[in-house]
Amino acid sequence: MSTYSVNNNGVWFRSISNKGLWAWILSVILTAFYIVLYFFPGTLGQGTDGAENTGIIKLFDPLSYVLKGKPASQWFLYGTLYSLAILGFGLKFIRKYRHNRYEVLRTTSVIFFQLGFAFLLPEILQKLNKPYYDFKNMWPLNYYFFDSYNLDGYLSGGKIGVFMLVWGLLMIFVISPFLTYWYGKRWFCSWVCGCGGLAETAGDSFRHLSDNSIKAWKIERWLIHTVLVFVIIMSIGVLYSYVYDHPSDLLVTRNYLTIIFLIVLVLAGVFIGSNIFKGIQREDKNKTLVVIGAIIVLVIAAHLGNRRNILFIDNGLLRQWYGFFIGAVFSGIVGVGFYPILGSRVWCRYGCPMAAIMGIQQKLFSRFRITTNGGQCISCGNCSTYCEMGIDVRAYAQKGQDIVRASCVGCGVCSAVCPRGVLKLEGSQYDISDRILLKEQ
Amino acid sequence: MHIVILGNGISGVTAARNIRKLSDHKITIISSETSYFFSRTALMYVYMGHLRFQDTQPYENNFWEKNRINLAQAHIQKIDFDQKILLAKNGEQITYDKLILAVGSKPNKLGWPGQDLKAVHGLYHKQDLEAMEQYSLGLKQAVIVGGGLIGLEMAEMFLSRKIPVTFLVRESSFWSIVLPPEESAMVNRQILYHGIDLRLTTELKEIVDDGNGCASAIITNKDERIECGFVGLTAGVSPNVAFLKDANLDIGQGILVNDHLETNQPDVFAIGDCTEIRSPKSGRRPIEAVWYIGRMMGELVAQNICGSKAVYNPGIWYNSAKFLGIEYQVYGDIPSQLPPNTQTLYWEHPDGNKSIRINYNTNDNAVTGFNLMGIRYRHKICEKWIHNKVSITKVLENLSLANFDPEFFKAYESDILASYNKKTGQSLQQKSKRSLSSVLSFLNSSQ
Repeated sequence: MSTYSVNNNGVWFRSISNKGLWAWILSVILTAFYIVLYFFPGTLGQGTDGAENTGIIKLFDPLSYVLKGKPASQWFLYGTLYSLAILGFGLKFIRKYRHNRYEVLRTTSVIFFQLGFAFLLPEILQKLNKPYYDFKNMWPLNYYFFDSYNLDGYLSGGKIGVFMLVWGLLMIFVISPFLTYWYGKRWFCSWVCGCGGLAETAGDSFRHLSDNSIKAWKIERWLIHTVLVFVIIMSIGVLYSYVYDHPSDLLVTRNYLTIIFLIVLVLAGVFIGSNIFKGIQREDKNKTLVVIGAIIVLVIAAHLGNRRNILFIDNGLLRQWYGFFIGAVFSGIVGVGFYPILGSRVWCRYGCPMAAIMGIQQKLFSRFRITTNGGQCISCGNCSTYCEMGIDVRAYAQKGQDIVRASCVGCGVCSAVCPRGVLKLEGSQYDISDRILLKEQ
Repeated sequence: MHIVILGNGISGVTAARNIRKLSDHKITIISSETSYFFSRTALMYVYMGHLRFQDTQPYENNFWEKNRINLAQAHIQKIDFDQKILLAKNGEQITYDKLILAVGSKPNKLGWPGQDLKAVHGLYHKQDLEAMEQYSLGLKQAVIVGGGLIGLEMAEMFLSRKIPVTFLVRESSFWSIVLPPEESAMVNRQILYHGIDLRLTTELKEIVDDGNGCASAIITNKDERIECGFVGLTAGVSPNVAFLKDANLDIGQGILVNDHLETNQPDVFAIGDCTEIRSPKSGRRPIEAVWYIGRMMGELVAQNICGSKAVYNPGIWYNSAKFLGIEYQVYGDIPSQLPPNTQTLYWEHPDGNKSIRINYNTNDNAVTGFNLMGIRYRHKICEKWIHNKVSITKVLENLSLANFDPEFFKAYESDILASYNKKTGQSLQQKSKRSLSSVLSFLNSSQ
């Protein structure tokens, strides 16, 4: 319609985008697809025990042979469809936001990382008999990074294998915090990540469904940090099991592992507990310190006691449960299946542990913020409605306050839909700790 | 102390919130329009399907209770200032210790025959939105009377439903009372580009009755008859003070107030659209019916009631709007006709949809105003430059500080500098980068 406007005409009138009949139908179809994909791949035609593929998966065999010289699997089918979705809906998104260069570049980036890093490169690596590896994916989103199968693969995969392992660790401890300091977590969540990629492209039609009430915000904070604690404990357990199974042929023994864990945890505790970060509220500080303390206790107990059980259940079982409940159900089935009902970022907001970590970093020490333009806000509500993370952007904008929220993925849509030019995503080294952070009203 | 606020728009609500922040007085907000405060400026987006009505409400419904602000739904017909009682249509009586009148404006009805027929509405109240919805079913043609901000918003609303619009504009160019000629022409082009039937120098003469009390056509001052199913009256707004005419309250066009926003009645204040300042500051108007002014007045009246007697000083003028696809921002003084002591630097993008205008004094080169179309500028930077009477050369050298467009958007600072250099024979260079750190550094400095 308009030359420089984002056209949201009829969004709340159409059945598909207004939780109407078509939305529910789509949601049921997507959810069913995920359930079949994870738990009934035979239905799609996945051949078992080396048998040939049939059905839908067989259609993907030719492409799979071209890329990696092996037959397709349900995961190859999924990866191909996923990449095509990001590409197709990405182009649709670019058309909708074509006058906004930030949106165009960001979406191009997401398409590139999905096609290149998540799809093509890992396939080519497999063709070269190297481990499957998505270089842009990292722990804890990549919760299987420390699985024995993968660690074995890296350690026996030659130079490339070792590079994969080192790269993964560098990403967690160096690259990610550095980029989050400079740009905020948007460097990953809305420019690189595959989950984010689908949410921004295919999920754009549902972004306004994200609940921006204070109640949803409270649930969000509880849930996402619970999943974070879960993945930390699970991963510690998995690593202990690994060194338990490989007692003599590793550089890192049980003792070294425990020392590393304790150093990281104590440092985290010291930073959180200190007064360096004025952006952290007292109650959050105390809760975090308690949790860190509890994990330290678990680590010491795992070191001294039976290394197969970091909690009262077997490490392997803990890992399986995480993979099932968080990896499959939360991230996949609910995460995507519920796009048309709950919005596109359910996983990102309520579950993703990586989002949780980067969110804490963003709030505490990132240069990134969304600035507001003096007095120009007219409280229309477009920003809050179209924020896919359910941030009540308006609450800050109408007061002329900067928006620094752990959940902000820097998609830039609030700025794009604002009819008065009130919002800008930018960064500065000034006033990082002194930014006014909105307490709940 | 019981403080009663009549009107739950931005003015009244801002007053209530700030009074609560500063005190524990009992507060009651009365409205006859809606249960909860909503952003009137967003009504158009509800019609267009961008927002639900509830999305236009800035505060969650439990906010009022949480902050001990009472909300009352009543239509006040009369105020007894001596007894300090408000009399509602249903007979209810509400007493006050202090009263804040925040009753807003109403769309102008300039005495056209047929102006009270059905399917003839302004766009101000939520009820106007409901009427537009009702009459939009099967609507073949709409006519909008009055070429200003609300008229164009109404046109945009109808466009979103592919309803043809004829737009009657009295002036020879859109909003030429406010916009300088080039910017006004830009909006004309934008209106035509979107297929709106724009009729400049055309006024409404009469609205024709279909025989059942409903509008069915209009007749222009050029005696042309246009069939239509809806007539939008958007020829400006006036303070909503008719119901106060018989009371002992000084009223001009609006409720007359002093610099503390006090009316002639003790313990009675007036804020927002309905207010007329007795002695406006130089360059300002007695009635300024915009969102920001209402908000400012709400903050000020709260301070006055709660202790510190502050003077109303609106500072440097600013406003913003959106003309279909073109965002508009103004900071400072941008008269539609250039006064003799002022120079203007105007730069327009080749695509004809973006422009920057900077006005500056002839005698000392101090910048006095910025007018932006399709380009976002920083309020605080423009304000500081104007306030500190910074010269046009210094502004141009540091123009990057003002840019508020999103990252990666094309920068036009060098084009503007080149245009100025060409015009004046100077060779100014850019001295600042587009960086928030530079901006904060400048804003925090004393220069």
